Amino acid sequence: MSKFLKLAAGVALVSTLIAAPVRAEKYGLGRAATPEEIAAWDLDVSPDGTGLPEGRGDVFTGEELFADTCAVCHGDFAEGVGNWPKLAGGQDTLDHEDPVKTVGSYWPYLSTVWDYVNRSMPFGNAQSLTPDEVYAIVAYILYSNDLVDDSFELSNENFLDVEMPNADGFIIDDRETAEAHFWKAAPCMSGCKDSVEITMRAAVLDVTPEESAAAAPAVATQGDMEAAGVEEAAVGVPDPEMVAKGEKVFKKCKACHQVGDGAMNRTGPVLTGIVGASVGAVDGFRYSKPMQALAESGAVWSDEELAAFLARPKTYLKGTRMSFAGLKKDADIAAVLEYLRSQQ
Amino acid sequence: MTESLKGAKPSRRQFLTGAAAAGAGAVAAGATAAAGGDPMIEQVQDWAQATGEGVDATPYGLPIEFEGDVVRRNVEWLTADTISSINFTPIHALDGTITPQGCAFERHHSGAIELKKEDYRLMINGLVDTPLVFTYADLERFPRENHVYFCECAANTGMEWAGAQLNGAQFTHGMIHNMEYSGVPLRTLLEEAGLGAAGDLKDKWIYVEGADASGNGRSIPMEKALDDVFVAFKANGEALRKEHGYPVRLVVPGWEGNLWIKWLRRIEVTSQPVQSREETSKYTDTLADGTSRKWTWVMDAKSVVTSPSPQAPITHGTGPLVITGLAWSGRGAITGVDVSVDGGKTWQEARLGAPGTDKALTRFYLDTEWRGEEMFLQSRARDSSGYVQPSKAELREVRGLNSIYHNNCIQTWWVRPNGEAENVEVS
Repeated sequence: MSKFLKLAAGVALVSTLIAAPVRAEKYGLGRAATPEEIAAWDLDVSPDGTGLPEGRGDVFTGEELFADTCAVCHGDFAEGVGNWPKLAGGQDTLDHEDPVKTVGSYWPYLSTVWDYVNRSMPFGNAQSLTPDEVYAIVAYILYSNDLVDDSFELSNENFLDVEMPNADGFIIDDRETAEAHFWKAAPCMSGCKDSVEITMRAAVLDVTPEESAAAAPAVATQGDMEAAGVEEAAVGVPDPEMVAKGEKVFKKCKACHQVGDGAMNRTGPVLTGIVGASVGAVDGFRYSKPMQALAESGAVWSDEELAAFLARPKTYLKGTRMSFAGLKKDADIAAVLEYLRSQQ
Repeated sequence: MTESLKGAKPSRRQFLTGAAAAGAGAVAAGATAAAGGDPMIEQVQDWAQATGEGVDATPYGLPIEFEGDVVRRNVEWLTADTISSINFTPIHALDGTITPQGCAFERHHSGAIELKKEDYRLMINGLVDTPLVFTYADLERFPRENHVYFCECAANTGMEWAGAQLNGAQFTHGMIHNMEYSGVPLRTLLEEAGLGAAGDLKDKWIYVEGADASGNGRSIPMEKALDDVFVAFKANGEALRKEHGYPVRLVVPGWEGNLWIKWLRRIEVTSQPVQSREETSKYTDTLADGTSRKWTWVMDAKSVVTSPSPQAPITHGTGPLVITGLAWSGRGAITGVDVSVDGGKTWQEARLGAPGTDKALTRFYLDTEWRGEEMFLQSRARDSSGYVQPSKAELREVRGLNSIYHNNCIQTWWVRPNGEAENVEVS
């Protein structure tokens, strides 16, 4: 059949590509990468341990780190919050309806967990963990999946000893054989079926978004600011240049916080009107215990308090769920405060 | 994106009523001249009297306000946050094959970043003779090529596995775009670094990763890397948009969009696949018995009728009707598209807007006469490898119900006598 002709042609093409001589002359463009540069970027870790740095971390340490930096999205027990990924559970569900795919039930390689936590997590503050912290968090994720006991310590030395339950659960793409019947010489053109009945309708489920006008712009317009009126004037009209700078800085916060019209609580609370507001008072947001305590003390987010919090969140409030490391530059803090002030 | 592809939140759609109301007027105007004459002709209109906007009113032009609804849309319940999410190309409202960048779907794992050309670096390391660093300016000095390719997210139509769910071609099939890219073949860059150190290339891989915080990385076999993969910095003639990886992205023709690394910063030649998160825990396909396929890179042949469709109902009444849609295949060129108006009992061959080209969108048309009857509209793509787009039943027979990715089934729109269309499944 044509499919097999094509396959044969494909193989021939590949052989030609691989066999083609490497061009002798170079363009002489680019420069040599230094070992330090390669070390800074080449961080990926492979199943055989290639790329894994020295280090170690235990379940207990991992549990604390997880509660501080991961639980806000993934839950205290790695069970997942809302639509954020579940990391634990789901064993023996892969052949059921709606399988639960977690590190324990699905991920075939432990290296993938280490690599992903190390390079891509925590969300909004990637590449901020030390190797020992990554080992500890991975140890805790293994523990939360009942794959190790609570005294377990993971290190580069015992890394390859850990067995992943679904390691043998994968096959290489077999569509060209398992679905060979989709290659058809002469597809049916008439009399292909006797009757056509509706078996399911999308309108019954009705989960399609409504079509509405494009979302309102995120930045407050001049008109909005004027409309804010007398109270606004009392604390000073926001400086448009600072507001613009602050909006840029706010990008660092947007992974977790929304602000302005239509803003909703996400990983962090809505920040509309936060400057001057009572601490821990956003409707419907589940604050950490320390933040609740601060709220009960009657604290207010004044400029000074917000600035101190944003500079070093975890020093300002030990136990806060905000995993952000803090804004290093005072100018950035001032700008983001100006931006937040414009979002009343 | 998480795997909860089944929606739960109800919502009401108002656009159909609006469209139908607009249609009623159009029918009247189309049949005979209105009593008392057509004011659009017989009265002098403002635009025929006063002057319009001068040049430079919009230094970079945007679509006119009347096209304001032709925009990307998000399905909120799909993902936890828009920063790690996807939206959909308004394919129901476009024609031809090239997708304008401004309405081409976006998929971010950690948000769209702003990376200046001056700050851009591309590293090639691993099993190469000389590990190299290129600046953006360096890339522009290599011989360039232009190619048109589709980029489809592997999860396109993923919400439809378990049943008809989203009511619109934009939502069922809009995780796709098709652009003309300008860039440098990856082969050229790999040869500049030298592949002698890699030895036998047959079992070698490349690992490619982006500069954003997600560090999204994928492994690609060397065969593909040396075949048609290329490093693009322009799309449709202009710089890539931020949301598509400005200033440089990888183009991996015919293969799932997740491999098309945006903000491309590093290419490593390796002796094994890295088995990153995106090629193990995601972008793998779980079959009914619980085993999962991996490395399902190729996007199979697929097509969809874009109009009429739920967001593009028939508003002109009976008579001549243009049925149109898009077809594509990651295994080669589209050689033909068949259209059925009776739910797959009979098929007729559609007219291709232009002959199909390798791994690019092909536009098809069926110019027909509609008598106001109910229709079950379907399209079926055929490609140069001999593959014929399967029905959803045929796919489920092999793959079960728990797949997320690679749903290339035949789509059905139920067009009713009033011209409205709905996403349905049929026997």
